[in-house]
Amino acid sequence: MQLTVWTYEGPPHVGAMRIATAMQGLHYVLHAPQGDTYADLLFTMIERRKARPPVTYTTFQARDLGKDTAELFQSAAREAYARFEPEAMIVGASCTAELIQDDPGGLTKAMGLPIPTIPLELPSYSKKENWGAAETFYQIVRTLAGPNAPEPGTARAALNDSARPKANILGPTALGFRHRDDVIETKRLLDQLGVDTHVVAPLDARPSDIARLGEADFNVVLYPEIAHTAAGWLKRTFGQPMTSVVPIGVGATQDFIAEVCALIGADVPPALSPEASRLPWYSRSIDSTYLTGKRVFVFGDATHVLAAARVADEEMGFEVVGMGTYSREFARDVRAAAKDRGLEALITDDYLEVEQAIIDAAPELVLGTQMERHIAKRLGIGCAVISSPVHVQDFPARYAPQMGFEGANVLFDTWVHPLVMGLEEHLLGMFREDFEFSDDNGASHHGHSPKRPQAPADGAVFTDEQPIAVTPPAETQTADNTLLAGPAPWTAEAEKELKKIPFFVRGKARKNTETFAAQHGLREITLETLYDAKAHFGR
Amino acid sequence: MNEMAPIQAPTAGCATPASATGREILKERGQREVFCGLTGIIWLHRKIQDAFFLIVGSRTCAHLMQSAAGVMIFAEPRFGTAIMEEKDLAGLTDANEELDRVVARLLERRPDIKLLFLVGSCPSEVIKLDLSRAAERLSAQYSPDVRILNYSGSGIETTFTEGEDACLASLVPTLPEAAPERQSLLVVGTLADVVEDQFRRLFTAMGLDDVQFLPARNANTMPAIGPGTRVLLAQPFLTETMRALQRRGAEHLPAPFPLGEEGTTAWLAAAATHFGIDQSAFDAAIEAPRNRARKALGRYREQLAGKSLFLFPDSQLEIPLARFLQREIGMQPLEVGTPFLNKAFMAPELEQLTETAVVSEGQDVERQLDRCRDARPDITVCGLGLANPLEVEGLTTKWSIELVFTPIQGYDQAGDLAELFARPLVRRTRLEV
Ligand code: SF4
Ligand code: SF4
Repeated sequence: MQLTVWTYEGPPHVGAMRIATAMQGLHYVLHAPQGDTYADLLFTMIERRKARPPVTYTTFQARDLGKDTAELFQSAAREAYARFEPEAMIVGASCTAELIQDDPGGLTKAMGLPIPTIPLELPSYSKKENWGAAETFYQIVRTLAGPNAPEPGTARAALNDSARPKANILGPTALGFRHRDDVIETKRLLDQLGVDTHVVAPLDARPSDIARLGEADFNVVLYPEIAHTAAGWLKRTFGQPMTSVVPIGVGATQDFIAEVCALIGADVPPALSPEASRLPWYSRSIDSTYLTGKRVFVFGDATHVLAAARVADEEMGFEVVGMGTYSREFARDVRAAAKDRGLEALITDDYLEVEQAIIDAAPELVLGTQMERHIAKRLGIGCAVISSPVHVQDFPARYAPQMGFEGANVLFDTWVHPLVMGLEEHLLGMFREDFEFSDDNGASHHGHSPKRPQAPADGAVFTDEQPIAVTPPAETQTADNTLLAGPAPWTAEAEKELKKIPFFVRGKARKNTETFAAQHGLREITLETLYDAKAHFGR
Repeated sequence: MNEMAPIQAPTAGCATPASATGREILKERGQREVFCGLTGIIWLHRKIQDAFFLIVGSRTCAHLMQSAAGVMIFAEPRFGTAIMEEKDLAGLTDANEELDRVVARLLERRPDIKLLFLVGSCPSEVIKLDLSRAAERLSAQYSPDVRILNYSGSGIETTFTEGEDACLASLVPTLPEAAPERQSLLVVGTLADVVEDQFRRLFTAMGLDDVQFLPARNANTMPAIGPGTRVLLAQPFLTETMRALQRRGAEHLPAPFPLGEEGTTAWLAAAATHFGIDQSAFDAAIEAPRNRARKALGRYREQLAGKSLFLFPDSQLEIPLARFLQREIGMQPLEVGTPFLNKAFMAPELEQLTETAVVSEGQDVERQLDRCRDARPDITVCGLGLANPLEVEGLTTKWSIELVFTPIQGYDQAGDLAELFARPLVRRTRLEV
């Protein structure tokens, strides 16, 4: 048993959902209890997708257990097929259904649906989300593209000089960090190199597109965590080469260009020099001098950590003082990259260990996930998000890729500027008296005072360069500058009640109450006045 | 406001009225799109300030808590998940040993914890990990410093707010014994602190001094129960808790739930009547806040009257909400879904709910979505998974979860409650894009 509060990765079936939700014409029938339907909100709320994930949950209950959960699964699959008419179906179990061993794959096969049905074996008690996504994508590719595979040993036809070469872009999923924009940037880059994009998968691909993956000349592995397994199989089965460089940062983008050019036997076009990005000049311009040697701590999935560490060193002039990943599958690469810098990589999915490592490394900037953002806020250190898991504000309305030359511009901006975040904190309003909700803490987004006792006593790195402060709490903004004519005094009881109102509306409540008291010529503000004013002004 | 007779609190012990039982209930069994009972921990762990909730579950359970709560929590939460791994499934002995180890580490790190709940999940139930024995075993070890209880918040047994029901029901047998002659009022169900304080003041003003709340804010201030305890339910989902209280001799005071001015008045009146508070003291106590509530509601009635309403099942608050919105705001409930219908608790509510509203129990989410699309309500109250997709289809939605995370009970929140429904519509009319 592992005690945890926040996790970097969900269970493996959530990885499968990321694949299913990314695709069109595919449906996922998941044997799972009702509570597991929470996963829908990841896609509809956090990513703001416009449609529900194409997932049918059987939502079996305790009373179904000794009876026929298998039958329940089959009727759910039958109804899902009738209602959604998918081109292909994936079927599997979440953690609970794995224990009751109903065999969704076998049950579906027995139903003889007229579409390909792909059974998923995703061990919930040992594997996690990214592994689940990679395995699901691999199973889909194998099942749907497999029938088109050439005889083993068939040599691949040489590139034809008259046609533009074709590449698949593999790895982008639903709920991926900037996947939507990275795909656009990568396609543009390929186009500039004279390469056509054949299929992007799984994002927006249909089962019929998966079936024709083998037609491309090579595969771009955009996110190794997701696509490496499938691309490896495609390489073995269709002889398709794959890229190994992920184009995050100016240097990596150049390496990627060189790799693609080598694959297609072409020269690097002159238009694609580093000057295609503003990052090199911005970094060289003298006002960036203050960035020199800035201590950064990097944590996230392996792909983004490896890339960010390189950009931090080579392109921003920072000093990486700590790095690590929660992607155990790629731990070796991260260990090697850390070793090159004289560091020892932190390989863990325990955010408390990450917090301790950050405290020990005393960085001035953290590049991490939403978890590191929390940690950094608590410690009063600036933070930029570079990797999943991420929150709603990391799906920006604007175009904000991480990859390619435009991606490098985005990295420069987001790493240099402080993050501004903000979501209402309902619970704060509900339970004012909770001692941990002391007003000085404020919201994690707005507060910037280190609260943790673990912060080093000398405190230097934590205090001398606070992130440029975001908006101060509403109260200090509005409360006191309205006191022109000297408002009526508050009784202690009313003042106490006011404190129970969430800080972000408290200033307004105070102001309204005082205006109300002035209008009614009251000499004192009581508890009743507070509520009378509230009724008078509405919210 | 529609001139209607005020809702009456039925006198204690009266049978379920025929009009409530006579209504046809649409019973559905299919895919349910609701949280499991674990989610209640999100507010419970804030309410009871020295309690910790240790879920014994899977990575899914931890991820649920993070996804449902992550947006809202910024103090170090007093909950966590002991994620079971392959080796824990191999043998129950090992799982128990592992649990002991996790608890020891936790209590060492958090010496402020006085009450620890071991919370069961689907996986722990399915492998039959006996958390009640674990709680006993650990209690023996850690008492008197820490009391250790257990309940199940699993999705195979509990739906969303039923987790709070299970939690409070587990607390009841541990509550101190009240002297048999002590006549006291017990308000049951988590309320925002500010609302609790308002109610306490109202009861004091009408001369009711012996009022206790369950859950209390601390483990050592939990209420005492005895045969003189009379229970007002502040929340509708407390079936098991009420049963457990009855086993301890307490009696339920049937009443509508304290949503809206009428609901609050009838709810308070149920207690006042039982304790023989005289009418003038009652009226004097409630007059000012009641008038404020009426005034506050007036504004929203203008905006919302005549608008139709469709509620997906979620918290069991749906029927009282629909009653409030219909009677006090003039909205038209089309379908009122509830995950579970406690006919006895809901009798005073159902009596007031228009006969034209379909009341549905349970869920088949795809079919319910079809009905909702056909009905094209002005406002749809639904869970987070459904809201944005319905907005895309042109329906205006209100997230039901906000109704359990926001203070909505009592007079001074009546306007806020109405405002929650007005805001999505106002927003729609404002936006020009
Ligand atoms: S439904 Fe069951 S398995 Fe899923 S999160 Fe809830 S308790 Fe855990
Ligand atoms: S509180 Fe803010 S930063 Fe933290 S998870 Fe929520 S939205 Fe993200």
